Amino acid sequence: MRISKTLVAGLALAIAAAATAQGTDPIAQRQAIMKQNGKDTKALAGYVKGETPYDAAAVTALFAEMNAGASKFGGLFPATSKSGGKTEAAPAIWEKPADFQAAVAKFQADTLAAANAKPATVDDLKIAFGKVTANCKSCHETFRVKAQ
Amino acid sequence: MGLIAVVIVSAMAFLMLTIPHRLPASAIAAEGSGDAVRGARIFWAGGCASCHAAMGAKGDDRLRLGGRPLATPFGTFQAPNISPDLVAGIGGWRLADFANAMQRGVDPEGRHLYPAFPYSSYIKMTPGDVADLFAYLKTLPSIATAPPATALAFPYNIRRGVGLWKLLYLGDSAAVVTLPANASAAARQGQYLVEGPGHCGQCHTPRQLGGRGGLDTAHWLGGAPNPEGKGRIPNITPANKGLGNWSAAEVASYLETGFTPEYDSVGGSMVDVQHNMAMLPKADRVAIAAYLKAVPAVD
Repeated sequence: MRISKTLVAGLALAIAAAATAQGTDPIAQRQAIMKQNGKDTKALAGYVKGETPYDAAAVTALFAEMNAGASKFGGLFPATSKSGGKTEAAPAIWEKPADFQAAVAKFQADTLAAANAKPATVDDLKIAFGKVTANCKSCHETFRVKAQ
Repeated sequence: MGLIAVVIVSAMAFLMLTIPHRLPASAIAAEGSGDAVRGARIFWAGGCASCHAAMGAKGDDRLRLGGRPLATPFGTFQAPNISPDLVAGIGGWRLADFANAMQRGVDPEGRHLYPAFPYSSYIKMTPGDVADLFAYLKTLPSIATAPPATALAFPYNIRRGVGLWKLLYLGDSAAVVTLPANASAAARQGQYLVEGPGHCGQCHTPRQLGGRGGLDTAHWLGGAPNPEGKGRIPNITPANKGLGNWSAAEVASYLETGFTPEYDSVGGSMVDVQHNMAMLPKADRVAIAAYLKAVPAVD
């Protein structure tokens, strides 16, 4: 019994390691999406602040990239991924799943609207940027806890 | 007989040690001397709305201070109604009542308030700022409903026992950390805002006695377990695992926008705090940032 338990645990670890290596581990995947969101937001902020010369096509592509991530995001929180992998996912994600999915859906809709709007000027971008980034803190307020 | 004597002496000692102490009259500003316009700044610096407005309140609803519950491992504290309502709120209070609550944790009836109300930070505020805040609170909407009374489990339900906590941890108006002699005027202004009204240390500093005691000032702002559950409240000293890689301008920008230098966003209960900070004059955020870059690093 003891041996088989160890075997099973070892097997589970091996599968988890393989999943991480192949990028199918949901914790690693959602962390990668959030990292990309940060990069995209930073790039957009460069345009908003006038630090980067305005490029409408690049701005639209950034919103589209965020939307692609948002579209996958809601499916990356199986009950098996509540802990491990330095996850900062809050227990509220599984306690209030409807609220969480609604927050993800709003982020998806706001990024899609921003990409479809194809902001032509910095002033257009500022409006879209404000709407999209309001999602960051409203969602993190309830659904993320800092690990350190 | 002997046992009865011990019980009586112990009870008397407990009562003597736990007597609520009020402020001396000289430490309270003159009644009516507060300025509501100046008090708005103290209101946002002090984060009053974060506990006294409804959970998740936005916009003008953050000025409706009817109180709300605060769930902790000790039980559920009820932040009271501090709106100007005469019955449910503090509309009938005089400035001296307010100052004693803010800076001694004693209510007008002479009872101890629980230190979930951060009077051990507010004790460092100037009498003038307390008076200004009081004047501002009087301008806010009256809310007629009062939250239920705080119900904690034994032994925390014995309010008088808070007197023992105060004997050990109430502190005084002195600064927590000694800034370098060449610290800027901004850093010193930030020290007042952070250590006093801002009460940042109440969450960002670990506590003694396994979370029940006062702040462990040897690890001032060095990060602490999250009192509301999973996770940690971050280290905000200049340590590598704290704000070491942030410039002062980035700290000030975070308090204004909620974005870290890498465009991660503010989260958890800091979202509400950041909304408060965003209401301050820019110079105050710059001052807070200067102070946070000047405190000793906690590794």
